Parts: sequence; C-alpha cells; structure tokens
Amino acid sequence: MSTTAKPATAPHASGSHPSGIRKGEGFAGWLFTLPVILVLGVFLLIPVLMALWVSFSDWSGRGSPLSSGVNFVGLDNYADISTGGGLAERNFGISLRNNAWYVVLVVPLQTALSLLLAVLVSRRILRGRGFFRTAFYFPSVTSSVAITVLWLFLFSTNGVINAIIGWFGVNGPNWFNDPRGLVTLGLAGVGITTPPAALNDGSFLGVTWWEWLSGPSIAMFALILMAIFTTSGTFMLLFMASIQNIDPSLAEAAMMDGANGWQRFWRVTLPQLRPALFTVLTLGLIGCWQVFDQIYTGTQGAPGNTTLTPAYLSYQAGFQDQKWGNGAAIAFILFLIIIAFTVLQRWVLRDKAVSRRRVRAYAPKGTRT
Amino acid sequence: MKQHIGRTLLGTGAVIATAGLVLTGCGSGYGGGGASASPSAGALTSSSDPLTIMIGSSGDAETTAVKDAVAAWSKKSGVSASVVAATNLQQQLSQGFAAGSPPDLFYLGSDQLAGYASNGSLKAYGDLLGNKGDFYPSLVKNFTYNDTFYCAPKDFSTLQLIINTDLWTKAGLTEADYPTSWDQLAADATKLTSGSTKGLVFNGEYARIGVFMAQAGGDLLSADGKKAEANSDANVEALTYVQKHLNDGSFAYAKDVGAGWGGEALGKSLGAMTIEGNWITGGMSADYPDIKYKVIALPKGPAGAGTLQFTNCWGMATDSPNQKASLDLVEYLTSAEQQLAFSKAFGPMPSVQSAAGQWKSENADLVPFLDGSDYAQGVPTLAGSADVITAFNSQLETLKTTDPKTILDSVQKNLEALVK
Repeated sequence: MSTTAKPATAPHASGSHPSGIRKGEGFAGWLFTLPVILVLGVFLLIPVLMALWVSFSDWSGRGSPLSSGVNFVGLDNYADISTGGGLAERNFGISLRNNAWYVVLVVPLQTALSLLLAVLVSRRILRGRGFFRTAFYFPSVTSSVAITVLWLFLFSTNGVINAIIGWFGVNGPNWFNDPRGLVTLGLAGVGITTPPAALNDGSFLGVTWWEWLSGPSIAMFALILMAIFTTSGTFMLLFMASIQNIDPSLAEAAMMDGANGWQRFWRVTLPQLRPALFTVLTLGLIGCWQVFDQIYTGTQGAPGNTTLTPAYLSYQAGFQDQKWGNGAAIAFILFLIIIAFTVLQRWVLRDKAVSRRRVRAYAPKGTRT
Repeated sequence: MKQHIGRTLLGTGAVIATAGLVLTGCGSGYGGGGASASPSAGALTSSSDPLTIMIGSSGDAETTAVKDAVAAWSKKSGVSASVVAATNLQQQLSQGFAAGSPPDLFYLGSDQLAGYASNGSLKAYGDLLGNKGDFYPSLVKNFTYNDTFYCAPKDFSTLQLIINTDLWTKAGLTEADYPTSWDQLAADATKLTSGSTKGLVFNGEYARIGVFMAQAGGDLLSADGKKAEANSDANVEALTYVQKHLNDGSFAYAKDVGAGWGGEALGKSLGAMTIEGNWITGGMSADYPDIKYKVIALPKGPAGAGTLQFTNCWGMATDSPNQKASLDLVEYLTSAEQQLAFSKAFGPMPSVQSAAGQWKSENADLVPFLDGSDYAQGVPTLAGSADVITAFNSQLETLKTTDPKTILDSVQKNLEALVK
C-alpha cells in the first residue's frame, strides 16, 4: 500500500521527511484510497474479525455478538467439532471426507479438461473457433442454481442420463439418492465387502478409516461432474490467454530442432503455462473447498450426509441449530485448510533449477561428455 | 526506508482506527436490543408499535388466508399489522434475532423450539393464553421446554395410511381387508405388489418409519423426555419388520421407485398404499386429480395404535415491543372459528379441541387424521435433536442391508449426548 503511495523518483535529499513540492502527496494518496479502505473494512475486514470473535465466544445468535452477555470461551467451539466425540465432530469429519474427495476429483480433471479445450480452440487450423470458444464458455456464465436444477432433472431416477445408460442395457443408478461410495462399490465388485479390522477400528474425527476411504457417493459424483462441466470453460479462458502470449517462434524453433507435437506441448508450451497453471489450480482448489450453492439448492447434504460439505455444515450449524460458535469455527478451519493447500501447491510448482542430468539430455550430441 | 515504515504504521493505524469507529458504531446501533434483553418470563411489553408477522407459507392460499385473518384482526383491534411470507424462514428469523429486530410473531416448528428458547429469543406466553385449556395436551407438550409452555400450537398433522382404491379393488381386496395388524398390512402389501407397483411406498426417514416404532411401543425419548430410549427392543422389532418387507419387495422407499414422496408414488401408481399426513389432499388434487384414494387408520402394532404428529406454533419474540397486542392476535388466530377458516382455505387441522366436531363433519374423509391425535407421538424437541434425526435418517436409507440394532445403537449414543 505504502509503496504505491510513495513516488518512485522522488529525491529525498533532506532525509526522511518529504518537503517542498511533494509535501502533500502522502495525504492525498491516503485520501484517494480511503473509500476502498472503508468499503473493504466495513464489508470484509470487520465481518471476518467478528466471525473470528464468534468462533471463540458463546454467542447464541441473539443480539450483537459484541454485547456484554457474550463470553469468551477459548477453543471450546473448535474442540467441540474436532475432539468432542459427539455428532458435531462426526458431521464435521464426514463433511471433510466428502469435500476432500470432491477436491481430489474435480481439481485435476477440470484443470486437464480446461487445458485440453484451450489447446484445441487455440489451434489456428480449427474452423469456427469463435463458436467453440463460446460454446465451451457458456456453462460458466449460466447461474449455478440454474445448472443445479438442470442437473437434478438430468440425473433423476427416470431422467435423461439413465435413459441413455439404458440404451446399453445398464440399469442406471438412482443418482442423487444413492449414498454408496464409489470406492466401496468398486471393492464390492471384486468381492471385498467387509473392511479389514485395521481400517474399521481406527478413526479420525469420528469417521472410521474405512469410511474415509469409501470415496465420493454416487450423488456426490453427479455434483463432481457438474463442477467439471461448469468451471472448465472459465479456466479454458485463462489458459487460452496464456497460450496466446507464447511467442510462436519458440514452437517453430522447437520444430526445427525436430520436436514432434507431443514433445512441443510437454517441453515448450506447458512449462510456459506455469503461471496460468498456478492460477487455475489455486482458484480451483479454493472454489472446490468452498462448494456451497450446489449443495444448498440441490441436495442439502442428502443422501446420508454424503454431500454435506464444511461450507454447508457451517451454514447449517448457525442458521438452523443456533450453534453460531461451531459454525464460525468450521469456517475458520476451512480457511486454514485452504491456506495450507495453497502454500503447499505454491511450493510444488515453484521454479526449480534444471538438474544437470536433464541439461545433458538436451545438449547437442557432440558436446556430451 | 524509515519513512516507508512510518507510512506503513500510519496506514495500519488508520485501518484500526476506522475499524474501531465502525465497530463501536455497530455496537451502539444494535447493542440496544441486547441490553434491553429481559428474561423470557415476566410481564408482556406494550406499545403502539405495528406488528410484523413472518410466516413460512406453503403457497398463495395460505398467504392470502393469513393476510386476510390478520387484516380482520387489525380492523377490530386498531393495531396495524403486516404479514411477511418468508422465502427461507429459518434464515430470516436468525437474521432478525441477531439484529435485535425480529418479527413479533412467526411460525416455529417444534424441532426449532429448543434452540430459540435456550438462547432467550422466545417469549414464553403459553400460560397467559385465554384459550390455553382448549389445545390438545399432546401439542402443548410439544411446545413445552424446561417445564414452560412457550407458544400456542397453530395447527397440526398426523400420519395415516392412504390407499389407492382402484388398485385395491383390482387386487381383489375389499373394505374388510383394511389392515388392522402388521401381519395384515404385510399380506395386503404383497397382494398389491405387481409390476412397477409396490404394495406400500413411503419416504425412508424417521418421520415415516417412526410410526412403526410407535406401534411397537417404542419412542426415541422416554415420556418425560429426560432419557434416550432409541435402542429399545420395541424399536428394534419395528425396524426389523420394515427391513423384512423392504427386502421381500412389498414395501419400498419412495426414492427407490423414483418418487419424491409418498403422494407422488400414489399418484403415479408406483405404490398402492402410502404413509402420509393430511397435507396429501392438496398434493393429490393439484397433481393427480384422477386418482381415487381413501384415508384409513394405520394398523395397530404389537403395542397398539401409534402414529407421529407434526406441529408448528406461533412463536413470539422476547424483543418484540408490543407483546400484548401479539398475544391478542394469537388468541384470535387460534380460536376455533379462525382455525376452521384456515382449514377450509389451505387444509391444516385445528389445534383446539372445540373445533374437532365441526372439522370432522366438514372433512368426513379425513377423520382418521384427527382421530390420530389421541395416540400420536411428537418428534423429539431437545436442542440438537434435529441433527440426530438427520443422522438417523441417513442410516435408515441403508436399512435394507444394515442391522437395525446397529442403527439404533448409534442413535442412542447421539441422543444420550443431548439428554445428559
């Protein structure tokens, strides 16, 4: 903030105090940024601080959380959902399980699909590129509520999807009403129906390891497909912009060096898309951990709590059960999870020095030692 | 560099100062509501403030009926009042309470009572009602929290058996075959099952399957509501009975036959019988006007007749500035005459006993629903019990393949955490 307010070329001959013609600039700078500071403060910073306070308080939802009757209860709310041993802990565990599977499937698939679409529609040879770009982007501009309703129709028991599956003689599942986990179903397919004792005895957050590993339910899988369908268009746009920034002469040079299309993509194009890839993965990760509107309008956690997510659980704890402290605590744990994943991913995608072995592999034949 | 730090500090200071200003502003703005918070017992407030009534309406018919009734009362009493039909009642109520300006009167489900009563949002006015003795005792119990009768039941519903009469006669059954025992219900269901039609179709949740638990003599909580009794032998027997017939194909969950609820299953002939409440009449006449159906009492189980009842009350806010007028309005809205008018307009059953006679003569086909009030069980109203029911429901979805005792044991564990 202060660096932008500071004039880059101002000579500071007279020490640390600005003087002369530039004297009033600092004040003016603050004056101009004041509206934004106020707006962000009132609508972002203060609500976040108040929510943080609520997560450490016993506020019950009546009157202001800052009024005198509200007490500081330390980490009680956090303990309730992480070590309480009750239903609150189990529900939180289940919601994390559901959302983790959602992230694990949606983030890689939507990134891969959007990259593929971007590469396809960026090819100069393609006719009607404008049409395809619009078509692929279209789901992104439609409201998620409308798409959710559409999805509920498509995936209903007697819906279009099951009718299509029926052409191949397969009885489609009861999509949004089927709580069975995909991994559990797969294991049942190869004859494993009872969990090994080691997985069934141990548990984390009130959810046994076997339940953690059960995979997304069929209902959640339908939502996963929806997320990939709606978001890949947006991320395609980011990749497209990045691809168009790449100097075509690089690809030509690679071609001259004898690289085929596959090698050009992996060795030339993709490394240069790293910033875009970071953006897409980060946005995808944050969006996936915060999934709410699809759950709120679509399933509300059903069937069997298998589409319950931390964001929806937080809403439910506050608005329906009047446990505002628990709800706020869930929100802040979610916040920490998102931060942790973003940092981790930044570290994984950092610019690494090229190893000597790799350098050797690309060196001209004669110079190899 | 020094200047740089100085400015950063200045900036941080400015943000904190702004935050402080706004926070204190907020505090004084709605701190008033919190400061004047009186305990929920005691005298009623009185002022000339207009009333706001917030309802979670089932549709235009209900909204219009409530609006008309409130307008008529306004004219009589001279207190102006407006009705707001909430799009999401729970959320809008929570916002009102947090802001210190809740609606004066509002619909409140029995499962929501504990949450709002325990944080002092609700005014306990039950004992002040002039027509207190007229309400069904079981309904009064539903709205009693910590031995205090909080709010006036606005209406109620019970569950009974609804049969498709065409499918009934087609299967060669007569009125003499109306099931009066579990064995007979199972036998009828088997006869009615053919092709895509299942004998008995209902939602796979506690709010339907609970009737079997009641008929077996079980309940989730003891009669005084102080002990968890979810894994009693009676409840195990009930779930085992349901499981057996889900597996032999004569019973089915609505979602498993592709219906959203029992009424849809009945309307689309996916089920010949269903377990629903008196709201089914509206759904059937709107969506499936050609289907002929009849309401009969649910069969008796090993411990006799049993069903579940659901009810809402007129919640009154502690922070309401004009509780005296609110009480008067509640008495007006819950009078036998007014409840019969509501019943005509959008179909609920009156919560007062003095309206029973006339209601039965006006709704001869629906009498079993009202008769259910004699033996109906309420759903648990402990704080947090809504979550336990949700968890119970999620396990009932897999009742076909899960041991009933295992399900009920986990419900027992969750309920024990609430009652202790």
